Amino acid sequence: MTLTVNGEPRQSAARTVADLVGEPRRGVAVAVNGEVVPRRTWADTALRDGDRVEILTAAQGG
Amino acid sequence: MGEPLLGDSRLILGTGGASSLAALEAAIVASGTEMVTVALRRVDAAGPGLLPMLDRLGVRLLPNTAGCYTAADAVKVAHLARDAFETDLVKLEVIGDERTLLPDGVELLRAAERLAGDGFTVLPYTSDDPILARRLADAGCAAVMPAGSPIGSGLGIGNPHHIRLIRQSVDVPVILDAGIGTASDAALAMELGCDAVLLASAVTRAADPARMAAAMRHAVEAGRLAYGAGRIERRHHALASTSDEGRPEL
Repeated sequence: MTLTVNGEPRQSAARTVADLVGEPRRGVAVAVNGEVVPRRTWADTALRDGDRVEILTAAQGG
Repeated sequence: MGEPLLGDSRLILGTGGASSLAALEAAIVASGTEMVTVALRRVDAAGPGLLPMLDRLGVRLLPNTAGCYTAADAVKVAHLARDAFETDLVKLEVIGDERTLLPDGVELLRAAERLAGDGFTVLPYTSDDPILARRLADAGCAAVMPAGSPIGSGLGIGNPHHIRLIRQSVDVPVILDAGIGTASDAALAMELGCDAVLLASAVTRAADPARMAAAMRHAVEAGRLAYGAGRIERRHHALASTSDEGRPEL
């Protein structure tokens, strides 16, 4: 299936957010189709063809 | 209740604008700050190393919602930041336009109400409008953070009278946020009664960031002391500091 990960199209076999992003860890947050996916639900959140995934972390700013 | 909002240091350092992580680290150490802002960005753009460095220094994180133009966006970013950084603190920014980067008061208040209701410790970046500041405090914000002048402008405090009015009109801490250019601006903020100062560019874009960070640390401390000490009244004419009594006749 095709996902859009941080704005870039990507072929992926990831079935869940955890498959795509890895183990939940401090400093990383994920949104799918504009909705927050809390870390504790990464393993249970299924990904579907066409999903837009944002993988975010700390950057200098403010 | 968690720990108090402000620790011993009344200087909050923004991390934006530093030329390197090493320069940022030196500035954080020199500033004596206990709290720094961070933004939330795509992992590919953010670059590694920031979070481990901040954790090593033991500073608290104040995630911001920089780049948000609507309450809905800012609320989402705040929730993402809470999930990523395990903190209820949020520097709430809802920007009105790109040119001034001044806050959109209507969207800001809307977002503040939502986030306070969701259990966040909301620190809103606001304008120097005393009425809006009061509305934000009434909405449950933990502090209000009026801009002295536009972000990154270094113009200092454009309307000191309004900053003083804000201090008088809310019971929560007032943190002067944005517009500081040099140490005297930070000292003035504290002399006006602000509880803390948040600044980034004035330090990170200075020719010597660590030296300016030290200057800001001293300025905030000096301003706070002066505020508490009770300054003398302004007079139109001189008042001799040396007594005439015992003056020799020559």
